[in-house]
Amino acid sequence: MTTPAAPAASPASPAPATPAAADLAIASTALTKRFRGGQLAVDHVDLAVPQGSVYGFLGPNGSGKTTTIRMLLGLAYPTSGSAELLGVPMPDHATEVLDKVGSLVEGPAFYPYLSGWDNLARYDAADRSVNPRTAKQRIGTAMERVGLTAAAKKKYRNYSLGMKQRLAIASGLLRPRDLIILDEPTNGLDPQGTREVRALVRQIAADGITVFVSSHLLAEVEQVCTHVGVMRTGRLVFQGPLPELRRTGAARITVHTADAEMAAKVFAKLGLADPAAGAPGVPGDDTITAELGDAAPEVVCAELVHAGVGVRGLAIESPSLEDLFVGLTGEGFDVEH
Amino acid sequence: MSSTDLLPGTDPPVTPRLGGLPVPPIRPGQRNLRFFRNELRLTFFRRRNQLLLGVVALFPLLIGIGLKVAAPQGGSGPGGGGGPSGAGQLFNQLAGNGVFLTFIALALLLVLVLPLAVAVISGDSVAGEAGYGTLRYLLAVPAGRTRLLVVKYLAIVVFAVAATFIVTVVALITGIALFPHGPVTLLSGNTVSLADGLWRVLLVTLYTCAAMAAVGAIGLAISTFTEHAIGAIAAITILVVGSEVVDQVPQFAAAGPYLPTHWWAYFDSFLRMPMDTTSIWHGLLSFGVYAAVFFLIAWARFTSADVTS
Repeated sequence: MTTPAAPAASPASPAPATPAAADLAIASTALTKRFRGGQLAVDHVDLAVPQGSVYGFLGPNGSGKTTTIRMLLGLAYPTSGSAELLGVPMPDHATEVLDKVGSLVEGPAFYPYLSGWDNLARYDAADRSVNPRTAKQRIGTAMERVGLTAAAKKKYRNYSLGMKQRLAIASGLLRPRDLIILDEPTNGLDPQGTREVRALVRQIAADGITVFVSSHLLAEVEQVCTHVGVMRTGRLVFQGPLPELRRTGAARITVHTADAEMAAKVFAKLGLADPAAGAPGVPGDDTITAELGDAAPEVVCAELVHAGVGVRGLAIESPSLEDLFVGLTGEGFDVEH
Repeated sequence: MSSTDLLPGTDPPVTPRLGGLPVPPIRPGQRNLRFFRNELRLTFFRRRNQLLLGVVALFPLLIGIGLKVAAPQGGSGPGGGGGPSGAGQLFNQLAGNGVFLTFIALALLLVLVLPLAVAVISGDSVAGEAGYGTLRYLLAVPAGRTRLLVVKYLAIVVFAVAATFIVTVVALITGIALFPHGPVTLLSGNTVSLADGLWRVLLVTLYTCAAMAAVGAIGLAISTFTEHAIGAIAAITILVVGSEVVDQVPQFAAAGPYLPTHWWAYFDSFLRMPMDTTSIWHGLLSFGVYAAVFFLIAWARFTSADVTS
């Protein structure tokens, strides 16, 4: 049994950050994929997805998310490294474990000349570990769950984009699963459809199923995720519980005062990093900001008052998750420890 | 490990996973059969494939009507004496017996129409799924790569057999309706009973089925290398026609017996007394080897390649 490496960017984090291998729904060790052209699509990715979590797999388009998912599902073979799905090594034992995994990879794909029902029946017929006698009941339930019962007999080519997406999710729900992998499930959907998918993810997670959902938009998964992994140009630059990502954001303190010069000296004495003058406001009401770091706001305030700085206002601002996400994945910000 | 464990996916722990549903034991064969039946449904219920079979059925009908119009009762066939063997001689025999329309139709359609029909199905088999993107979902089900390939090939063979038998049956009905029938005079000059003649029709048809099954294996192999079905279909067609052309060049005669199409024309061996069994066995061996080698190529490729579509 291989021990998956600790999450890439979570040093000394609280208890749930490094679960034992047995508790991981997905574990990968130095998973790497180099395309024939020489391009490194996935670069030593160590995934650790705890059982029962809703794991948001984030990163801009082209950061290697889909290639990683393809390797997890045994569709693509890794150049080096290894991956385990529910404790079973992939891709060597793919057929033993994939029946416990529902997936939506890179958009829905069905036979355009078949009805929605017949399409699900097709995938169900390919599954050698389900009971053919329960097929009708299971297909009916899956279609009902995604609200496609009325369109069951309609040809797939006449489905709207949202219906196609929901049919793909239904194909993942044809039988009880332990893990659902959704690759960009909201791609191309309108806000309404996005909300529907989010509600579905919540429902699935409420049943105790581990959900691994990839997206290039943090906002789409932020509300449902318990854990996140952030990809950037093939590397996993952050992984851990969502609150931990929030903590990595450096909070800033902003002080309104008539005596910015003196306030700057106090900041320097307290060792606050990156002091900067705020936007010039009314004369006699300047602002100055700095990273708060480990300092307690009340201590900073007391020190300012003690030094004779007239504090007119004091605010602490934490960056939004979106800012953090863009910071992790955008240009010019290197978080790799 | 008990012998039932040899088939993956049949292990008992899987079955109770269906929760509260009553689960009577299902034999693994039944599940494979279900997948195969579904594949057949997909093949034969698809409008394009039905159209293809319709066109294949139209040819013997048109050939029969055309020959009837061109060569009224008693006169010699359009070949005007023709060559000493092959289609020319077949045409001559038709005037005397409608059963010969089956041989004529198979001989003519064997050149391009039948292989083309098989090329469409086999070229589309894996490449088509890759093109739709359904391949990645089938593998994620998991259908199993080897299992999927076996099911695909069996469906191709069933389609090839269906297409070939459609030609035979339509030609037989057309021939009997338009031409006289009775005891059959073979190419070697002997006359056999109508029953014996029909037996030979069946043998020729089965021989053609074997030839088409080999084409299907070649098509399956080519299909695993691309996600563009049309490219695969074109490649198979070029291969068949190319092989037929090379087979006609006397300078390449030495290579002839090894070409995939060389033994197709030898089905007239069935129409002689005694039957030329040496050629027949050579032909069947050639088809068998081609089918086996190309299925192995397909398997080696399909079980090792990344699915990127």
